[in-house]
Amino acid sequence: MAILRVKDVSKRFGGLKALTDVNLNVEENSVHAIIGPNGAGKSTLLNCLVGKLMPDTGSVLFDNNSVLGLEPFQINQMGISRVFQTPEIFGELTVMENMLIPIFAMRDGAFRMHAYETIANEKAIVEQAEVMLEEMNMADKREMHAASLSRGDKRRLEIGMCLSQNPRLLLLDEPTAGMARADTNNTIDLLKQIKEERNITIAIIEHDMHVVFSLAERITVLAQGTPLVEDIPENIRGNPKVREAYLGEAA
Amino acid sequence: MLGLNKKDTSLLIIVALLTLLAPFILNPFPEGSAMAQFNAGYPDLMQRFVIFGIFAIGFNILFGLTGYLSFGHAAFLGVGSYSAVWMFKLLSYNVIPAIALSVVVAGVFSLLIGFVSLRRSGIYFSILTLAFAQMSFALAYSVLSNPKFNLTNGETGLQVYADDPQILQGANAPDLPHLFGLPMRATYTMDVGAWSFDFNAGYYLCAVIMMVVFYLAIRIFRSPFGMMLRAVKSNQQRMNYTGLNSKPYTLAAFVISGMYAGLAGGLMAAMDPLAGAERMQWTASGEVVLMTILGGTGTLIGPVLGAGFIKYFENIFSKINDNVLHSWFAFLPDGLEDAVVFLIHPFIGKGWHLTLGILFMLVVIYLPGGLVEGGQRLLNRLKRKKTDADDAPSGKTEPAE
Ligand SMILES: Nc1ncnc2c1ncn2[C@@H]1O[C@H](COP(=O)(O)OP(=O)(O)O)[C@@H](O)[C@H]1O
Ligand SMILES: [Mg+2]
Repeated sequence: MAILRVKDVSKRFGGLKALTDVNLNVEENSVHAIIGPNGAGKSTLLNCLVGKLMPDTGSVLFDNNSVLGLEPFQINQMGISRVFQTPEIFGELTVMENMLIPIFAMRDGAFRMHAYETIANEKAIVEQAEVMLEEMNMADKREMHAASLSRGDKRRLEIGMCLSQNPRLLLLDEPTAGMARADTNNTIDLLKQIKEERNITIAIIEHDMHVVFSLAERITVLAQGTPLVEDIPENIRGNPKVREAYLGEAA
Repeated sequence: MLGLNKKDTSLLIIVALLTLLAPFILNPFPEGSAMAQFNAGYPDLMQRFVIFGIFAIGFNILFGLTGYLSFGHAAFLGVGSYSAVWMFKLLSYNVIPAIALSVVVAGVFSLLIGFVSLRRSGIYFSILTLAFAQMSFALAYSVLSNPKFNLTNGETGLQVYADDPQILQGANAPDLPHLFGLPMRATYTMDVGAWSFDFNAGYYLCAVIMMVVFYLAIRIFRSPFGMMLRAVKSNQQRMNYTGLNSKPYTLAAFVISGMYAGLAGGLMAAMDPLAGAERMQWTASGEVVLMTILGGTGTLIGPVLGAGFIKYFENIFSKINDNVLHSWFAFLPDGLEDAVVFLIHPFIGKGWHLTLGILFMLVVIYLPGGLVEGGQRLLNRLKRKKTDADDAPSGKTEPAE
């Protein structure tokens, strides 16, 4: 069953058609990659899924509920977590606090006036955060300020923060963009591990198709705002249309 | 203790000891000695220390945690004072209902102003709060003071008159603010040799209230709510995508800090039953910003230190006049003495704001973390010296940094 259904979504920026009639289904418990050359509209599509942009036409259903017109925090509370192109974390807070916040958000909802309680007394939540830090191999960095982490660790932390909420859908926007080769491989390995260990649906946006070949079960190729083909990785690799789309970029 | 960790407990105990023993600590110089003008242990000034401390503690909950810089918090202070004086006029001179109402009214008022101002962030938020505060000032100064509807008594300021209802005022109750019969002005003076120490009822009421609200501030800082407020300051984007609605968090912080300001305003009126519009002026709003930054934004003790620092030096510097200067520099040859006095003159008396400005610039440039950072650096240096001394026999010491 498809957990995310994108139907006839179009989006214009002035005269520019960023998305034209995008149709896309993401199956539950699958890894679905959306690839395409720069400017294809990948980030725009993602922003339509998480409440940052409102598409001009079409519908986006998550678990048969429309997400259009909802605020990002409401969409997150429905079970969608997002990893950004450049890691978005709480830089001035410690690694531990970064991990606590999403867990509090999951338990207490979008707002709760818990001003008199003490964090240290929230044993269950602290423990959950510790387990997650262990899982991300970051337990030794728990008292560090998140801003002082390396690029790769920031990415790990952000992914860990999203996972700590047990989301039903994890969205990643070019999670390896601008990373060194080693960090890229680490991130891919981490995502593979997540896929094996959890019941989770992952939708990943990527510019570099080689990054996702070993990870994705289905790949949609986006070019100039419309899906070109959707297939399993093996068939995407040799597809002449896909080559053309990427070649056009290289020219 | 009290649900605090060790470090916070000791901080609270230190603050409690300092405030309770303030009449001694602030009067270290014997009465009548040349240094006596540096004493600060008289009731009026001590009251101001703690009242502005409360104001700054509350302001820091908004500015220090969420990073939203309000330039209009004096409006809540003023509203608190007006509410308190109205309670004196209508009910009685007992300070409890007066203080309670000042907190409630300031809370409602800050909910309204916060709701509108928080639609914007950054500089636009600051400007909105400033605009609201100046509107409140204009309302208090003239609009709400006309023969038909006189809420603020305009330029004269709101005060209690003999023909006010005071329906609950007992026949024997003091004819000035009191706590169940204990007048706020009641002062016991203890003379020890050449020294003299004042123990004032009003000061101790303010001090106890400050300790309570300081404790509450620590609880807020250490709570999940406090962590969310720091998240607002750090990255609202991440916060929204983590399922948190940053608006009610920020608004709650705004209202809490508004209530602290209202409490400070209510206490001011309880110490001196008078409320004037000038309390809402933008300069008063700016002062609490200075106090917080000077002391150390986002730290627990910083705002209290900043408030004490500014109020102390305001008092000392504004008291020094040319005569005092001449007596200080009398040892210099006449021409030189006049020259020195001439040079220092602009920085004292009414010119003390010039001194404050320079101090503020120095702190912001060299100690961005405020007095708290200064204290920490000093401590570190002392510690390093000590370890250096310990290491010395075992060989050459590493150069510092
Ligand atoms: N907020 C915006 N305003 C105007 N044009 C935009 C905006 N966001 C994206 N675009 C344009 O839409 C197209 C698709 O952009 P984007 O979705 O970021 O592509 P991708 O992420 O695939 O590289 C680009 O031509 C881009 O310039
Ligand atoms: Mg992009």
